Amino acid sequence: MSVPVRIYPERSNRGFVDQVERLSGQRLLACYQCGNCSAGCPMADHMDLLPHQIIRSAQLGLAEALCGSRAIWACVSCMTCNGRCPKGVRIAEVIEAVREVVLRSNRRDDRLEVSALPAERLASLPPIALISAMRKLTS
Amino acid sequence: MRISYFPGCTLKNHAVNFDDSTIAACTRLGLTVTELDRWNCCGTVHGLASDDLIHRMAPITNLIRAKEADADAFMTGCAMCYSTLKRANLHLRENPEALSVVNGFLSLEQTDYRGDLDVLHLLELLRDRIGFAQLAARVERPLSGLRVACYYGCLLVRPRAAAIDDSENPKVMEDLMAALGATPVAFPLKTECCGAYQVVADPGIIAERTRRIMGSAASHGADLVVMSCPLCAYNLDDRQADARRLDPDLAPLPVFYFTQLMALALGCGEDVLRLERHRTDPRATLTARGLL
Ligand code: SF4
Ligand code: SF4
Repeated sequence: MSVPVRIYPERSNRGFVDQVERLSGQRLLACYQCGNCSAGCPMADHMDLLPHQIIRSAQLGLAEALCGSRAIWACVSCMTCNGRCPKGVRIAEVIEAVREVVLRSNRRDDRLEVSALPAERLASLPPIALISAMRKLTS
Repeated sequence: MRISYFPGCTLKNHAVNFDDSTIAACTRLGLTVTELDRWNCCGTVHGLASDDLIHRMAPITNLIRAKEADADAFMTGCAMCYSTLKRANLHLRENPEALSVVNGFLSLEQTDYRGDLDVLHLLELLRDRIGFAQLAARVERPLSGLRVACYYGCLLVRPRAAAIDDSENPKVMEDLMAALGATPVAFPLKTECCGAYQVVADPGIIAERTRRIMGSAASHGADLVVMSCPLCAYNLDDRQADARRLDPDLAPLPVFYFTQLMALALGCGEDVLRLERHRTDPRATLTARGLL
């Protein structure tokens, strides 16, 4: 007995998938969901979607789930996942691409307001911390 | 050897102990270190988006200054500056189109950038251009008995294309410490991320990271942890008290820049160590080993 399988690409959010692939320079379907990236991620405890789930969500074009997740802001681009992916997927680049989609949108949904930080904390933070946080978390 | 040196912003304030000890130790080795003329902030992080050329401008203007300096080598000690400068350089080397866009944007510069300068981290310079045996011969005050955990964090070893050593088990800092007479200890978390800039928006993450990393160093018998990044040093030293609130048994463990231990071993004066800048007081540790 043969079972016809139909794939309907128009059902996935193609525009979002294309944008993430272009910004990250990655082919999302290269990922076969082994989970190596999540196993070594130092920020996994602080993520609502683990790195391999982020990639899966991106494959499926789940823009809202990804753009609204805490995980994309928890990732610090430490590159541990990239070095361990057996398929050579650059997970960190994919996550940066999703962050960019949010930060470049009209919503300008910044994740950090430096002027709202307590004065004492602001005074103690070195420039290297402030500049990198602003680069990663603000538009 | 004439070295053109990029200190980076944080070495001019929070991490003057890194800056002063770098210059003192290198000078002691007979290197002529000149701070780069008119350097600017490198931007601290490498933009990962494929079209992010605007964030290449800050590192590349520094590389233009370095070309103009025309020294024997261009070097920085800060792990984040190193990574940002090195990765912008690699990106433009591999993308002629991006290189021409950047040069077009920077058309007021006297010098066109061609991607032909090498960005070195100080640890690479010491290992590859000077040699640890040569360095060991200059040691005046061996760091005998000092048990050191070498912490690399992320950016010295990842991504691979911009790594100064093996990504999973680097040893350049251990080799340096051994050349100085110290005893490197096993340290499984030496390449584990400290949480980086999350200290700004979510310091709780850093407390958890610091507890794990410093706890591992302590459990392997380290007297101190040595590193190359002012952001790691801030998280692991200045925020150590937060980690201790999570784990009251976490013993205070001082944090050093590798250049401070070099300066100490090479016989530089105590003033260049700037020990007053440390949050976790390192004096008792050094005194116990007869080094102060
Ligand atoms: S390590 Fe690579 S292949 Fe495995 S789940 Fe992560 S991205 Fe996919
Ligand atoms: S780059 Fe991001 S996702 Fe990958 S291991 Fe590091 S924190 Fe986790």
